[in-house]
Amino acid sequence: MAKILIFCETQGNSLKTVALEMATKINQYPGHIVDAVFIGNVPAEATTQLAQRGVNKIFSLKSSLTSYSPEGYAKLISSLVKENGHDYCFAGATSMGKDFLPRASSALKAPLASDVTNFIFEGDTFFGTRPFFAGKCLAKVEFKTTGPKFISIRPNALGLEGVCKESSPNVEEKQISLDSLRAIVKEVVKGTSEKADLTEANIIVSGGRAMKNSDNFKILHELADVLGATVGASRAAVDSGYAAPAMQVGQTGKTVSPSLYIACGISGAIQHLAGMRTSKIIVAINSDPEAPIFTKADYGIVGDLFKVVPLLTEEFKKLLS
Amino acid sequence: MEIFVCVKQVPDTETKIIPKSDGSFIEESQIKWIVNPYDEFAIEQALLIKALKPDTTTVTVIRVGQTRDSEALRNAMAMGADEAILVEANDNLDSLSVAQALKAAIEKSGKKPDLILTGKQAIDDDCLQVPQILAELLNMPSVSVAVAMEFQESQITVKREIEGGALEIYNCPLPAVISCNKGLNTPRYTSLPGILKAKKRPLTTLNLAELGVEAPKILYSNFKLPPEKPAGKKFMALEDKDITGAVQQVVQLLRTEAKVI
Repeated sequence: MAKILIFCETQGNSLKTVALEMATKINQYPGHIVDAVFIGNVPAEATTQLAQRGVNKIFSLKSSLTSYSPEGYAKLISSLVKENGHDYCFAGATSMGKDFLPRASSALKAPLASDVTNFIFEGDTFFGTRPFFAGKCLAKVEFKTTGPKFISIRPNALGLEGVCKESSPNVEEKQISLDSLRAIVKEVVKGTSEKADLTEANIIVSGGRAMKNSDNFKILHELADVLGATVGASRAAVDSGYAAPAMQVGQTGKTVSPSLYIACGISGAIQHLAGMRTSKIIVAINSDPEAPIFTKADYGIVGDLFKVVPLLTEEFKKLLS
Repeated sequence: MEIFVCVKQVPDTETKIIPKSDGSFIEESQIKWIVNPYDEFAIEQALLIKALKPDTTTVTVIRVGQTRDSEALRNAMAMGADEAILVEANDNLDSLSVAQALKAAIEKSGKKPDLILTGKQAIDDDCLQVPQILAELLNMPSVSVAVAMEFQESQITVKREIEGGALEIYNCPLPAVISCNKGLNTPRYTSLPGILKAKKRPLTTLNLAELGVEAPKILYSNFKLPPEKPAGKKFMALEDKDITGAVQQVVQLLRTEAKVI
């Protein structure tokens, strides 16, 4: 029986879905004690969501922190793991998780398996799968230590399926003192899009060099709005100035795992495929029937994207109204 | 001022990845090795800072890896780095061991680091750990995924990119470890004079065994290709008369067959 801690990241007043993905998956392996930890307050809804997934106890760590701090979060989480003797500490491989978790794990000289996309437990032993070379291959990851072990899980990789055993967790507040922090966040400048980040989006509509200019991305935004999707771009489109760098999907951009990826005018270079090949369903629109993207697409439309995309928007509008 | 830049040599992005038959790693004989693209932003940033006070700033590049990795170090020196350190080690170290080796090598150099720069991630393992671990081991602050940096004498202002293209703006005192993202700067090309100069610059080789690093606590195995998808359905819509039909069919299939809408 292992003692497991799940770091719960919030966005506004909601729990990030990756925390629920982890709790659901871990719950498929009964017999472990699973705690959750929040830095700061616990949103009321989160307690219910975690109870539905068999969480034993919810820690609410209070300190002098008023905003995110890599050193602060690392200190709080590593202190809790050490004090409570957790065997495993899970967190989502989000911007925040990828940033502070390595500090937390190394503070305890513990290993961290990062960006894990699937796992099983055999008794108390964790076996994970993670991508290498931007997803061009997969590898098994396991630990060789008796001390605490840290794992970051890629958002959207596990999904939320799984029958869970419920529980009635209590919330325990803990006050932890922090030394003065050195790197301080002075300001957060919001991004231009209100939509989900590409790495967490459920549906993505992406444009390639065939978009010809940045104004034409408007038709992709219209399609995305109907679907509740986030808009991405290939490197070629970004390098040509048609889309912002933060929109780039690919080996040197973002790696995404949506349920649906619609690639518009994207040829399908290896580096782009590396960033989106784990999408559950891929739709490709390209006027070249030999474009490599069609080898990875579940559904392909060989045609002019400027004619196809607006029609897609119309049809989805009809379907979803 | 002492600046250290940690670099890695990785397979070129065009490389076809072939797992070894025993799954222990990938076939390495056909690989074209390049400097990790994100590390180029780190090297360039170090050189930009050095340009502010060239006579009193030293840029040392450092790599924990195989002997062939001295190529990446010579490349960095061709761009303008002053010195290089190679810690010879096998590639099966985990992030914690690599960071411990980097720390030991930096300490052994006798130089007191003011700033340590790295790429935000290596494009071979995408672990995104070493910079932050190194900072923790050296008891320094860290800011990762830096897309902008303003350098003052004893502190820096760093813009960090997070989800949704949002930016966290940090004030960070030195010494610090900063990991660099695309957009921070435009890495310079190496010139022939630079390449020739690089051959004469000092490259110190250390052996991992002399640095007191722990054995790796993570084991990677069973490298294999991801499962292939079955072939998809393709609808021809090059003629105007076929477009509506193709679109309607795909939308229906996305609902009824794929069940994603």
